[in-house]
Amino acid sequence: MAAVQTSGEKALNRVAIVAVLVITLIFLAPIYWIVSTSFKPRNLSTTIPPTIVFTPEVSPFVKLFTKRSQLREPPTAEEYAAAPWWERMVFDGGEKVVRDGKGNVQWSAYPNRFMNSLIVAITSTVLAVSMGTITAYGFSRFRVKGEADMLFFILSTRMLPPVVVAIPMFLMYRAVGLNDTHWGLIILYTAFNLSFSVWLMKGFIDEIPKEYEEAALVDGYTRMEAFFKIVIPEAATGIAATAVFCFITAWNEYAFALIMTNRRAQTAPPFIPSQVGSGLPDWTVIAAGTFLFLLPVAIFTFLLRNHLLRGMSFGAIRK
Amino acid sequence: MAHIQLKNVTKKFGNHTALRHLDLDIADGEFFVLLGETGAGKTTTLRIIAGLEKPTEGQVLIDGVDVADWGAAERDVALVLQQYSLYPRYTVRQNLEFPLKSKLRRVPDAEIAERVARVAKTLRIEHLLERKTDKLSGGEMQRVSIGRAIVRKPRVFLMDEPLSALDAKLREALRTELKNIQMNLGQTFLFVTHDQIEAMSMGDKIGVLNHGHLVQTGTPNEIYNNPKNTFVARAVGSPPMNLIDGKLVSGRAVMAPLNFELPYEGAANGNVEGRALTFGIRPEDLVVESGAPVEAKVHDVENHGVEKILTLRVGDAMLRATVPAQTHLAIEDAVRFSWNPEKVVLFDQKSGNSLKHAG
Repeated sequence: MAAVQTSGEKALNRVAIVAVLVITLIFLAPIYWIVSTSFKPRNLSTTIPPTIVFTPEVSPFVKLFTKRSQLREPPTAEEYAAAPWWERMVFDGGEKVVRDGKGNVQWSAYPNRFMNSLIVAITSTVLAVSMGTITAYGFSRFRVKGEADMLFFILSTRMLPPVVVAIPMFLMYRAVGLNDTHWGLIILYTAFNLSFSVWLMKGFIDEIPKEYEEAALVDGYTRMEAFFKIVIPEAATGIAATAVFCFITAWNEYAFALIMTNRRAQTAPPFIPSQVGSGLPDWTVIAAGTFLFLLPVAIFTFLLRNHLLRGMSFGAIRK
Repeated sequence: MAHIQLKNVTKKFGNHTALRHLDLDIADGEFFVLLGETGAGKTTTLRIIAGLEKPTEGQVLIDGVDVADWGAAERDVALVLQQYSLYPRYTVRQNLEFPLKSKLRRVPDAEIAERVARVAKTLRIEHLLERKTDKLSGGEMQRVSIGRAIVRKPRVFLMDEPLSALDAKLREALRTELKNIQMNLGQTFLFVTHDQIEAMSMGDKIGVLNHGHLVQTGTPNEIYNNPKNTFVARAVGSPPMNLIDGKLVSGRAVMAPLNFELPYEGAANGNVEGRALTFGIRPEDLVVESGAPVEAKVHDVENHGVEKILTLRVGDAMLRATVPAQTHLAIEDAVRFSWNPEKVVLFDQKSGNSLKHAG
């Protein structure tokens, strides 16, 4: 890069910066929309033109986490005074929080669905990445008969749009009792991600000189020890990149989750829109659910950002 | 300490044969150098001894024991490679400790510390111990690599072109150092290189490999003065041996197609007369002087400080001669030369084999 820039280069730089800003704004607009809606009072959520300036409130989140029912008549003054601050917000919206016989607040299904999403996405990511890494290591280090064919077969499992097999999969799952179970979704997502994980990890492991492991073998270590002590730390960058991709795929998956689950193992993606249908749609609650749903991927990616920066430039892990 | 034998070892990779019926005998405490070009099978030989490859055929014996079923860890050999031989992400100390921390060896912590300290002192890398390996220079890296081999006290040291990636000065320094280490330890070294200077200067014995064949083994002197065939003659020596086609006619070497004659004094055993031969003569045995029988033009002069290397043009052939540095000659000067008739090696022109070795 030139240390001294000409005026032409400077102008070009400015244009580039403006372009990047515009593109960033376009990409961030829907996210802003969701985040701002999740802090709006219900009556401002569907105004035209959209309300930009408003007093943010957390009532959408209160509603998101509680079970509510429509009020036939407004609460009495005593009821209103006795209620905690967050319950008043629900009263203000013309609803009341449902309590059981002992007066305990009934939670909505959202935390449970969110947990399901976490369980399914994390477990399937761990499985896909670990199995993918081991498989890739085998292909990378050993002479495997029919290696090219097998690798192509693994890749070819991705050529079919998954939804095509949704109905047969549903029937199979019903037959073996896997529908609406965590394991059902975990197996499914692991299978989706595995081929991708094998291919990505093979690229990374191919880049690690096999001399390192051989040195360890000669130094008195078993291949297993060499794999864990030498290969895994070297492949950390690749593992991180692969894990992020697998996690995002599993976290965002909608179609199969919708078909295969309905209560027990239902994940957040099919659950959030299902709230649209009950009564009048409360877009602020849906936005709040969506906003929280965006966070784990953002956090996960943020935590691994250093690995990712190097990992995305595939093949450039060596200095 | 170990005596290594390879018996009739053949190694095939798919359709490619890397080693053919290789027999090798490395005595205990010997510094053995395997010399060969890229793809000659040097590294494969080393990997077979280390247990990283299995021979397709043949046996590997260490101290007389067939080690076919032994893994790399059990053979107790140490490996030093040209590059990538240090574990990344580890400090120098961790690298040196690594082989001692293997479950196979169970060296007590106090002894590990002591051995690492001793090796670091020997190799003068004490100041580097806490440094990460990617912060080392090439020479330091190879020092640490050698250290990691020594710290284990292995039975055999296997070195795969450990000096090739270094610059010339450092290579020379480490060459001497390595040779000293070997003499002090008195252990068996197998050193693989494509550099004939390394082979000549370090080896107690040299084995010349060509396309998976072991062409000749012997002391550096034997290999240099008495090459088994024209391949070895060309491979060893810098510049290599001059090879000139011709015939022996009544005790004189008559060159053809180059048209000149020189005296020959070696014992001409058998019916060498009239047979198609190749005469081999080392550059230092070509004598440039006025009044010598053959005329040539100076094609090129290389000044090496201690001496000059002349390239002489005779007809359309090029011959190399080393002359004292004081000799003043310019390109295209006409000179006359002869050879030291006692130092001439005869090769059969067709097979390239030395007549001396053939019988």
